[in-house]
Amino acid sequence: MDSSQLLGITTFTYLFASFLYIGVLVFRNNKLGSIATGFTAIALLIQTIGLVLRWIESYRLGFGHAPFTNMYESVVFFAWMIIIIYLGIEWKFKTRTIGAFAVPISFLAMSYASFAPLDRGINPLVPALQSNWLLAHVVTCFVGYAAFAIAAALGIMYLAKSSAPAPAADKGSKEVLPSLRVLDDMIHKSMIFGFIWLSGGIITGAIWANSAWGTYWSWDPKETWSLITWFVYAITLHARYTRGIHGKTIAWLSLIGFIAVIFTYYGVNFLLSGLHSYGSN
Amino acid sequence: MQNNNSVWQFFSSVRLALFTLSLIAITSIIGTVIPQNEAGEFYVQNFGPITARFFGVLDIPDMYRSWWFLALLFLLAFNLVICSIDRFPSVWKQIKTDGLAYSEERLAKMANSHSWQHNCSAADTADLLEEKLLNKGWKLSSRPHDDARLVFSQKGNWTRVGVYVVHTSILVIFLGAIIGSLAGFKGSVLIPETKQRDRIFLYGSAEAKELGFGVRCNSFGIEFYPNGMPKEYTSSLTIVENGKDILTRKIEVNDPLSYHGITFYQSSYEAYQDFIITVKVPASGKQQVFVVPFQQQKSWEDEGLKFGIINAKAIGQSIVSAKLWFSDGSAAPQLEWIEDGAQLTVETERGKYLVSAKQMYATGLQVAHDPGVWWVYIGCGLMLFGLYVAFFMSHRRLWLYISPAGTGSQVLFAGSANKNRPGFERQFGELKEMLCSE
Repeated sequence: MDSSQLLGITTFTYLFASFLYIGVLVFRNNKLGSIATGFTAIALLIQTIGLVLRWIESYRLGFGHAPFTNMYESVVFFAWMIIIIYLGIEWKFKTRTIGAFAVPISFLAMSYASFAPLDRGINPLVPALQSNWLLAHVVTCFVGYAAFAIAAALGIMYLAKSSAPAPAADKGSKEVLPSLRVLDDMIHKSMIFGFIWLSGGIITGAIWANSAWGTYWSWDPKETWSLITWFVYAITLHARYTRGIHGKTIAWLSLIGFIAVIFTYYGVNFLLSGLHSYGSN
Repeated sequence: MQNNNSVWQFFSSVRLALFTLSLIAITSIIGTVIPQNEAGEFYVQNFGPITARFFGVLDIPDMYRSWWFLALLFLLAFNLVICSIDRFPSVWKQIKTDGLAYSEERLAKMANSHSWQHNCSAADTADLLEEKLLNKGWKLSSRPHDDARLVFSQKGNWTRVGVYVVHTSILVIFLGAIIGSLAGFKGSVLIPETKQRDRIFLYGSAEAKELGFGVRCNSFGIEFYPNGMPKEYTSSLTIVENGKDILTRKIEVNDPLSYHGITFYQSSYEAYQDFIITVKVPASGKQQVFVVPFQQQKSWEDEGLKFGIINAKAIGQSIVSAKLWFSDGSAAPQLEWIEDGAQLTVETERGKYLVSAKQMYATGLQVAHDPGVWWVYIGCGLMLFGLYVAFFMSHRRLWLYISPAGTGSQVLFAGSANKNRPGFERQFGELKEMLCSE
């Protein structure tokens, strides 16, 4: 068994778990929910082993580095982080319905990683990436990105629920989605969690840049876009705290914020040029 | 500060902050799409002369240092200062509020409040409940209200400053950036192997700057992975002050050298057609280093030696191996291929020589002096701390109002938190259970 096989299995397990979570949503079946959680946990375990194995394999190849150094590896890590945060939320808020929106994001990320024309090889690190800051920078950024992905998933749920007609009362059916108030609160919590980590990611990046090039900020496109993303969330949080804006507006802002995240993470590497071009292959 | 001045209100408003943040975010995009700091013709060729002139007026080619972008950043900083001055006093008042000044009616109206009866006298009940709260880590103060007693406790009143810590941190980072741009400098220098440089060239101008000491590049090397990717660029540098070698150190990418607050970063290199030939005579222990241009003869007069590189194999600009021509006059000159940087033992009738030859490089160093960087780092640390406090810590307050009722007593338990109210509700419920239980 090598890491790429394990990560391939992970992709399909996330697909299966996604169907189960959607099943929970459609059939309102709690037993199905435990199975969905179980499969997701198993997929996470397989993926974790895959990531560790890939780390070990890089040592076997003679250079050894954490598996976060190209687009393929970062997408896999992104998917991994989303599931960790999602399972944390599921455990903390005791609700499974978010899984139908969050787990598919992980599946899409994994299938992009597995099937897109990306370099999936384990390559040695160019001199600029050989630093202890690599681990701190990538982990902080991706915890933030994953939290914003969850916030966006919750935002979609909020918009879906608020535009759907109220369920017929006579059916006596349980509410499938958490109440709008709870969703709103969860969006906010995911955002502040992501915001603190994104701040950490930008800061670790600045410290690293200073130790590699002597400039902590050079307005490189990646840096600028991470700052733009930071501003979008800063604006959202200020709007909420000081102007009491909530509900649909915040849900839309969670989507706009996530578009900025995706552009920072993905768009910059392919559409713009700059210092941060490691991830483009 | 209660100030009704409309100018003050404008500059302290969150509306202005939201507007400025949005404007900075949106205008920042320009510089990520239009390449920055290119030559003037670049913009004429790619965007046409009229657009290029328009760019020139708005400093688009260097927009992050343009007057209007800096003005936006200044507006943000100014807004932050005024808004914080405006709001801080009321926050301070909340921190300093006397919890014992609350009336029973006010406590009863709180979202979290609960009352029950106790069999013991008011004084005994108060002592019992106070002890229970103390055991849970709530420090108390109390005050008699006629024949009743009001007990107050709070945690995290200081956390109300969290958001102002974040605002201050942004100002500290700005301060660091200003110090860096006024008192610091950035430049670069290209030092050929074996040579020393005392000046560097500043970015953004052709100006040279004296370092106050010299930097010599002893050697530069590139290592490659088996697949041909570069593995490491390494320079051996020596700081030379008043003609004396002060310190020698190897630097790599991500591992710079600092001296007198000036830091040298490995950033680039240049390959020359020249070679560095090191000749050692083991018999006398003498050694000397020569810079030898390709296909030219060099001599070491004292030892009567002549040598040169007559041929070389290269991959791209990098020499892989070189053909050495070496003569000490005793016999026919020796000709041998040696790998770049390897050492060769040449034996003739006259003696034995150790010769090594490597391609000559110049190391490209980025040079920076930034006295503001520690301010930036302090600001960053403050920001993370402030964000944590602002988002995850709250000011929680508890009150107990214990009054006599018949033979027993009446207890009113109330609480409030400024953030994370659902979490506090849970905590309040647990405390209530604990206090109610016998």
